[in-house]
Amino acid sequence: MDNVVIEALVRALAVGTPLLLACLGAILNERAGVVNLGVEGLMAVGALAAFAVAASSPDANLWLAVGASMLAGAALALLHAVATITLRANQFVSGLALALIGTGTAGLLGKRFEGLPLFNKVADLSLGGFTISPFTVAALLLAGAMAFWLGATRSGLTLRSVGENPAAADVLGVNVGLIRVLAVMGGGALAGLAGAFLSLSYRSSWADNMTGGLGWIAVALVIFVGWRPLRAIAGALFFGFLYYLQFRLQGNSPIPTEVFSAMPFVLVLVVLALAGMRGQAGNAPAALGRAYVRGER
Amino acid sequence: MRFVPLNAPSAARSALVTLASLVAALLICALVFKLAGQSPAEVYGTMLRGTLGDSTGLGEVGRRTIPLLLIGAGLALAFRAQFFNIGAEGQLLLGAVFAAGTALFVPLPGPLLLPAVFVAGFVGGGLWALIAAALRRVNVNEILSTLMLNYIAVALVTYLIAGPWKGKDVRGYIYTDTFPDAANLPTLGGSQVHWPTLLLGVAVALGLQWVLSRSTFGYALRVVGENPGAARYAGLSSGRVALLVALITGGAAGLAGAGEVAGIHHRLLEAGQISLGYGFTAVIVAWLARGNPALCLITAPVMGIILAGGDILKIDLNLPFRVVDIFSGVILLCLIASEIFVRHRVQWGRA
Repeated sequence: MDNVVIEALVRALAVGTPLLLACLGAILNERAGVVNLGVEGLMAVGALAAFAVAASSPDANLWLAVGASMLAGAALALLHAVATITLRANQFVSGLALALIGTGTAGLLGKRFEGLPLFNKVADLSLGGFTISPFTVAALLLAGAMAFWLGATRSGLTLRSVGENPAAADVLGVNVGLIRVLAVMGGGALAGLAGAFLSLSYRSSWADNMTGGLGWIAVALVIFVGWRPLRAIAGALFFGFLYYLQFRLQGNSPIPTEVFSAMPFVLVLVVLALAGMRGQAGNAPAALGRAYVRGER
Repeated sequence: MRFVPLNAPSAARSALVTLASLVAALLICALVFKLAGQSPAEVYGTMLRGTLGDSTGLGEVGRRTIPLLLIGAGLALAFRAQFFNIGAEGQLLLGAVFAAGTALFVPLPGPLLLPAVFVAGFVGGGLWALIAAALRRVNVNEILSTLMLNYIAVALVTYLIAGPWKGKDVRGYIYTDTFPDAANLPTLGGSQVHWPTLLLGVAVALGLQWVLSRSTFGYALRVVGENPGAARYAGLSSGRVALLVALITGGAAGLAGAGEVAGIHHRLLEAGQISLGYGFTAVIVAWLARGNPALCLITAPVMGIILAGGDILKIDLNLPFRVVDIFSGVILLCLIASEIFVRHRVQWGRA
């Protein structure tokens, strides 16, 4: 019986890992005041960049592959940063464009990698009979580190001040634009890393649309967890468990499979509505979604 | 570099910036194709020849222009009210579901069936968008909610065609029986251009432009969109405006869904076959038109070329249909990033 529980937990953690990584990335840029809805696209290019590097030669360095995914995510996110921070474009629409560009580019450039096997996949760690990906461990540690950094360090406070009150931060000599650009790129790098987990560890292959909507769920998760990194662990576990359930119950229950495929998205809606009714949206960084122009309110 | 606000940006400036951002987008896409090992000249040449080069191609552009026009005109209205409906894809699907349900299961005398199919389509799409408008009242961002509703709509369609609505004469495949003849739209000779829906699209675009610029509701909508604070002072209910806007924009997408199933497929089938990403592409149609429904009469065919061109690239150059996403994304990004140049002039150096 215990084994069943532990297995469910381990599986939920596995699916929850990309959600957690992407969610942490989104928390990073949203705490600085920038919404990026492009996570799905960032994950897609991250997954492709990692796979392309790992598969291009059998002894390609996996660290290099992971680095490539983060670089690709950061580079694509830079487009968003320039559009929304420098050119003050609507953050929501720009993120949407980013999602299209990311999934489209990954689909086009990744075509030649489709169906290729990956010989040097990331080895899982063994933990009392169960295996767990090093990405999962890294994601959990990262959540802790980020909670500490945002809450207890000076630079973390600076980042938050840029998201809460950019005008005040500006008066104190903080370079609002630069910090926002860096936060957006950092968020992109983490979303790229989430993609790398999928193509190097979880699936160990590349296929078009392999992110399958996880990026969008990660975006919604940020609101659900109230922009808090530690709570993101619980949120990612919860949705990971839901996916596990979907996988487990499919085929051996009288409920049609489509109910399971729609369930995460229905649940996101319910969860967002509950968060909204509880006034949790009030936890959002005060300047979230708005471009900062000196001298304007 | 500084941006200095302009007091009264001219229409010519707006048009010029839009055109420049389109050119920039095509150049960036060319770069992406180069990276993918394709010759941009060949890609663009193939697209143009395959879409505008012959009557078949033109028919394909026309076929795609119809849903883009209907959805785009509705979205143009929605964006003016700051209702960022990204779920037209799902609303189109629900329109198709309601339309198919009416065509297949509602016994109506022949001449009444087609109007009923379209009314049902409008209702289906409108209701699906109303969910998002209702959720907005509890602070759920409509971009996220309409997106989630897209995924749910896909699952609903799959469930219906594989389950309760699966055709009796259909073996192996998942789709419904074909509609009765009375529920099928006529098309222009040899093409899949179901002209009654096209006329409907033109009427919707012109009608919504009239609503926006001449009616009291249009005025309220513009005030709510441009200055929510002032709207509150004037006693305009932004919540009610959002509900009506959702109904109209979702309903227009639902009409498009009804047109697709009644005009082309004559049955309900898989989501990916009903819509080729019309919902997302129409976002660009509306944005290119800068929130003017009537201008969608020009911008819908432009994006129709890109959608039809994507199909040509898939067949002729064996490229994944996803290249359409690249076009859409890059054009959209260039458009919104260039918007600042409409209302500002650039001043180099420090203030």
